[in-house]
Amino acid sequence: MLHIFCPYCGEHREEAEFRPKGQAHIARPLSPEQCSDEEWADYLFFRDNPRGIHHELWVHATGCRKFFNVTRHTVSYEILETYKMGEKPKVTAESLAKGGRS
Amino acid sequence: MSQVNRLGSGGYIDRTQTLTFTFNGNQYTGYKGDTLASALLANGVGIVNRSFKYSRPRGIVAAGAEEPNAIMQLGATEAAQVPNIRATQQALYSGLTARSTNGWPNVENDAMGLIGKLGGPMMGPGFYYKTFMAPASMWMTYEKFIRKAAGLGRSPKEKDPDQYDHYHRHCDVLVIGAGPAGLTAALAAGRSGARVILCDEQEQMGGHLLDTRDQLNGKDASLWVSQVLAELATMPEVLLLPRTTANGLHDHNFATLHERRTEHLADTAPDANQVRSRMHHVRAHQVILASGAHERPLVYANNDVPGNMLCGAVSTYIRRYAVVPGQRLVVTTTNDDGYRAALDWAEAGREVVAIVDARPSPEGDCVKEARKKGIRIITGSAVFEAKGSKRVTGARVSGVDPATFTLTGVKDDLACDTIASSGGFSPVVHLSAHTGTRPIWRDDIIGFVPGKVKGLTSVGAVNGVYALDRILADAAEAGTNAALASGFNVAGVELPSVTKQLESKPIALFQVPHEKPTMRAPKQFVDLQNDVTAAGIELATREGFESIEHVKRYTALGFGTDQGKLGNINGMAIAARLLNQTIPETGTTVFRPNYTGITFGAIAGRHCRDLFDPERYTALHAWHLQRGAKFEDVGQWKRPWYFPVGNETMHDAVQRECRAVREKVGILDASTLGKIDIQGKDAREFIGRVYTNKWAQLGVDKCRYGLMCKDDGMVMDDGVTTCLGDNHFLMTTTTGGAAAILEWLELWHQTEWPELEVYFTSVTDHWATMTLSGPKARDLLSEITDIDLSKDTFKFMECRQGQVAGVPARVYRISFTGELTYEINVQANYAMHVWKALFAHEHKYGLTPYGTETMHVLRAEKGFIIVGQDTDGSVTPEDLGMQWCVGYDKPFSWIGQRALSRPDTRREDRKQLVGLKPVDPKVVLQEGAQIVLDPKQSIPMKMVGHVTSSYFSPTLGHGFALALLMGGSKRMGEKVYMPMADGTVIEAEVVSPIFLDPKGVRQNV
Amino acid sequence: MQRYSGFGLAKHALTHNENWQRLWRNPTPKKKYDVIIVGAGGHGLATAYYLAKEHGITNVAVIEKGWLGGGNTARNTTIVRSNYLWDEAAALYEHAMKLWEGLSQDLNYNVMFSQRGVLNLGHTLQDMRDIQRRVNANRLNGIDGEVLDTQQVQEICPILNCSADARFPVLGASWQPRAGVARHDAVAWGFARGADALGVDLIQQTEVIGMRIEDGQIVGVETNRGFIGAETVGCVAAGNSSVLAKMAGIKLPLESHPLQALVSEPIKPILDTVVMSNHVHGYASQSDKGDLVIGAGIDGYNGYGQRGSYPTIEHTLQAIVEMFPVFSRVRMNRQWGGIVDTCPDACPILSATPVKGLFFNCGWGTGGFKATPGSGNVFAWTLAKGYAHPLAAPFSIDRFVSGKLIDEHGAAGVAH
Repeated sequence: MLHIFCPYCGEHREEAEFRPKGQAHIARPLSPEQCSDEEWADYLFFRDNPRGIHHELWVHATGCRKFFNVTRHTVSYEILETYKMGEKPKVTAESLAKGGRS
Repeated sequence: MSQVNRLGSGGYIDRTQTLTFTFNGNQYTGYKGDTLASALLANGVGIVNRSFKYSRPRGIVAAGAEEPNAIMQLGATEAAQVPNIRATQQALYSGLTARSTNGWPNVENDAMGLIGKLGGPMMGPGFYYKTFMAPASMWMTYEKFIRKAAGLGRSPKEKDPDQYDHYHRHCDVLVIGAGPAGLTAALAAGRSGARVILCDEQEQMGGHLLDTRDQLNGKDASLWVSQVLAELATMPEVLLLPRTTANGLHDHNFATLHERRTEHLADTAPDANQVRSRMHHVRAHQVILASGAHERPLVYANNDVPGNMLCGAVSTYIRRYAVVPGQRLVVTTTNDDGYRAALDWAEAGREVVAIVDARPSPEGDCVKEARKKGIRIITGSAVFEAKGSKRVTGARVSGVDPATFTLTGVKDDLACDTIASSGGFSPVVHLSAHTGTRPIWRDDIIGFVPGKVKGLTSVGAVNGVYALDRILADAAEAGTNAALASGFNVAGVELPSVTKQLESKPIALFQVPHEKPTMRAPKQFVDLQNDVTAAGIELATREGFESIEHVKRYTALGFGTDQGKLGNINGMAIAARLLNQTIPETGTTVFRPNYTGITFGAIAGRHCRDLFDPERYTALHAWHLQRGAKFEDVGQWKRPWYFPVGNETMHDAVQRECRAVREKVGILDASTLGKIDIQGKDAREFIGRVYTNKWAQLGVDKCRYGLMCKDDGMVMDDGVTTCLGDNHFLMTTTTGGAAAILEWLELWHQTEWPELEVYFTSVTDHWATMTLSGPKARDLLSEITDIDLSKDTFKFMECRQGQVAGVPARVYRISFTGELTYEINVQANYAMHVWKALFAHEHKYGLTPYGTETMHVLRAEKGFIIVGQDTDGSVTPEDLGMQWCVGYDKPFSWIGQRALSRPDTRREDRKQLVGLKPVDPKVVLQEGAQIVLDPKQSIPMKMVGHVTSSYFSPTLGHGFALALLMGGSKRMGEKVYMPMADGTVIEAEVVSPIFLDPKGVRQNV
Repeated sequence: MQRYSGFGLAKHALTHNENWQRLWRNPTPKKKYDVIIVGAGGHGLATAYYLAKEHGITNVAVIEKGWLGGGNTARNTTIVRSNYLWDEAAALYEHAMKLWEGLSQDLNYNVMFSQRGVLNLGHTLQDMRDIQRRVNANRLNGIDGEVLDTQQVQEICPILNCSADARFPVLGASWQPRAGVARHDAVAWGFARGADALGVDLIQQTEVIGMRIEDGQIVGVETNRGFIGAETVGCVAAGNSSVLAKMAGIKLPLESHPLQALVSEPIKPILDTVVMSNHVHGYASQSDKGDLVIGAGIDGYNGYGQRGSYPTIEHTLQAIVEMFPVFSRVRMNRQWGGIVDTCPDACPILSATPVKGLFFNCGWGTGGFKATPGSGNVFAWTLAKGYAHPLAAPFSIDRFVSGKLIDEHGAAGVAH
């Protein structure tokens, strides 16, 4: 069971308090009507699904009800960081490849 | 029978407390402190079971969790039955009743044994894949016979009388195993003040120190154990959990510990308030794994005959339980530890026939001690075959060359009744591997040790360290470091003195070669529980099963309840030799939780039966019960389904309730509707984005129906939202959707539109909702409210606040029935008062309570949908004919809008909501009936839709239905057909889904 | 290929079982094949088998990074059924069902397909409406099934808690008698043996690390043992499909989730059918060895770790004890996890891609095992002809653009 640091509560809590909501940073196109069907499908359904570093959206469902982001390794399940909505990840697959692991 | 194998003194048993127990119908006695296994051995019981596949007689092999044979059915009554108890882990209690799991008519004489003997050569691994194929129709018959042989113990047939509970714990240091390493580590960490949990699977803490020949501080090691435990017991932050098995070590140092609370006392908890067992869910900052090592048996011919045991188990039974499990012992070993069994045996006053050592010239201290005692030592040799069938009668011994896998020199037959073998040790690495880390092979210790796991330190035998002084030093360091890592200052521990023992190196030997090739030799068992033999592994590799995972799966190696604790490494080593690989090349299998089995009941804890899922009641529930309501489960809610009067059937009750609403007045408890209070200056903008229709112009105290879609354009929820102030709205959702919709709103606000100032609060439970509906609704309500209900001041789709029955209320004039309706909302605590105030006028107005079924009929007559019944996640607002509820020209592209212009959502032949009127007015269509246009076509038929809702309407006087029908909006007046399971075909006419009052006159009076 | 039979067993017993032949070779990869299948799970092996058997294409390699049949084929709960709601899905799964019914004989390998029936329980009025709808659709599609009431369910499964005071009482069930379970490993081994005998190279312990594409046409795969050429490549890699797709510059509408399952210790036969409940959220059957085989839903996060979180297992067993109170004292022996590639509509993808010659068979999510022979059969056809088999056509990746999804979430509410 994962142990997740809620960046809003400022504490580690049990996974059971949270719900995963899929890939993070999937922004809704600002002008949906200008999107092609392909672009709209990409937004709705197509995901990175990496084997390795993944940025994902979670909600502290039975806690503060805040959504936030988690950078997690999908094989080791190690959580490398959690960060608030609107923030950018500090740890990425690219930064790790460059040895910039924080 | 008396305890023939019990020594007069010694052991940790309490000879003053004699316990009587029953095994296979015979009564025996043992002592408090015995396990079932030690008590059986004390009584000279040799055969404890029959093997799974070949029905061979089997005896006790081990003394702990690794025991493969002594698998018992426990329990004196039906409800108390427990299958598959390992006798080596079951404490003896008075009245214990146990049976072997296999053997008919009994374990001594098993009829199936004959089949095993005769059919054995045909029953190699995977034989069932190669036969039973012809004729195909016979497989289910063959399988019936195969299944007769399935299983070990049996499930009870009655409900479990016991209960189980869960504890959630956090600690700085979790120490798993209370042998020398675990005790020392716990002491080091505990002295720092850190929160420490120390658990051990055995009845008594101390592990190997309870049966070792080594002394600590020049005294019996058990004295030191008592001292340490006494000190730990004084520490307020230290929790000692004996009888507690760490079964799983999950991600981020989450461990599940299973504590046997009353299993050691009786087959059901002695006191109804006690739990049978308890799961501790532990989140540990640091884990110290001190789980020790299991001795590996040697694989030789007939090594399964009762009387074949592990060396360490022999010592354990003698030293800990004062039981010598035989008269004449032959030891066959690859290491010094084997000698300890012989020394213990000799000291117990029984005969050691010989120690057969595979090493050419062993020179350790215990070798010398054995020599000094005059024990015969045969070096460079091994037992290659046990003699006997129901009990060992002798050991065949030969010189052996492990490197070339051949026997050498002369052979000798030694008469004996017990053969104890030791092939070295396998560290108990299981927990370290539960999160996917692979163990690492070490040639020097001939075993796997744990790989690197974050937050976990392995100490002692599990780490391949067997010398007691080093174990203690490593453990003290690990305990200290774990405390430091958790932020504590350490106090240090003084280590007891240990007499240094000179050990000579062990030799790697797994399977002992036989004079015949493996395929022709008597059976050499690798996995005793699953009857996997060395020949079976050879056959598997011969047939191309080269991955160890293939070998395991083909032979069933390690799939028993012991999970291959004794057999896996031997099996792997045998496969490696056959494939000309090293053991690490062959790999190891992945260990999975559980380390040892745990009952479903213990894992479920209290979260079953009444507490499986919470039941939610409205504030009016007691009234509904009193009125004899039948209830329907909607999400977690119990909603009144209908209110039968006298002996009414459901149909009668619903027809009566429907008529009451259409003709007089009815009342529905609608409190379960989700209610979300939405406030903020951008509340209106937000609502406009998540609903399909327009909200910009909705005035204060006005209500509007809204549809909600996902961004794929499919309807997900609906409900009425009321404007309570320019910045304040109250949204209602479906009963089942309430929580999900709140999260949905938060999702959009927090992730996409944080710039909007809007706040959401669930108020579902705070407000009770009473829907008063029918032509007399106004008259009735006016009796108890100060709100002006007149038609022109309080219009349809408006809201008023005022007093109802003397309490503050919000009244919404909206309608889901098509009748004049007032939805009265009051604080939930006042609900019963208001409800009763309305019912004070019951007879004057003919007020009738109605349930969800009547609500469904009434709304369907009006063509109002129920999301989830008339939709299924593949239906757009347009499919529902609800274009009137779609704001095509709203400035913001609302959720779902873009998806409606995709090619598939633009198709004209999509399934659309229609009404169906059965040609025979008495017929009520089946909900879920599939619709076809041509009933005469052959199967597979072209289906064009299905019935979503269907009822008999007392108002219309005929059955009617809602349906989703391909191109339905253009099929008005057409006939469609429903071919039913009984062969009948029902005909219906496609009509508008609005059956009653299409202009909405009735609700607008 | 050495034929298997009861007579053969007896004959080999006389020669101490020393003359059994290998089930498959361990070949060195050739430089070039007509077709490469990536992934030697059940679906990949079945694809290779039918390519060789039905289309005469035998110059085929199946490339597997681990051991054959070692992914979800080895980790599922072995349920086989075809009672799907939508026509497209029902047709595909029923195609598989028909192949299952003769598979042991076709492969000369007993896959122990045991048609002991599957109950899908209904606990709410809406459950029952959905069950009626699905069973009616099945019937008109030529798939067996009936709707049972509580009493009939109790007769089929006497140990099931059908009492009215259960938290969610059983209101009825759908019953597909032809459904059942099969021996999962044997399916992989049987197809592997059959494919090998027809000339297919099964190349284990070889990982695909890149796709070589020239002018929009696949020309082969890079592996840790070097380049292997082929102008038709079919990826059948379940949870790892997205990883392979990325090598070809393609994105798929998939998420890989942990799906956990567990077995009890072996007990004497007590449950002789398959019982599934979406609402209470668990399902169980009993194997021929006596283990109760139990599963439930996926873990919500993405994961390639072949393990999930403990609360999922805990909740599953709560559901099982709720459904079968007599199992409270039966012990869980072992749990494990697979990596399931879930699709937004809970239906698979059998599809060409923008890269010519590169095809994907994936997205089976929690329900792939039951489709194994059917999936392999239509995918082989698709690879052989270069365009979709009629049964595969609705499962094109284009459906996510057009919106023509086939939403089988009702069927996949619990994993199976």
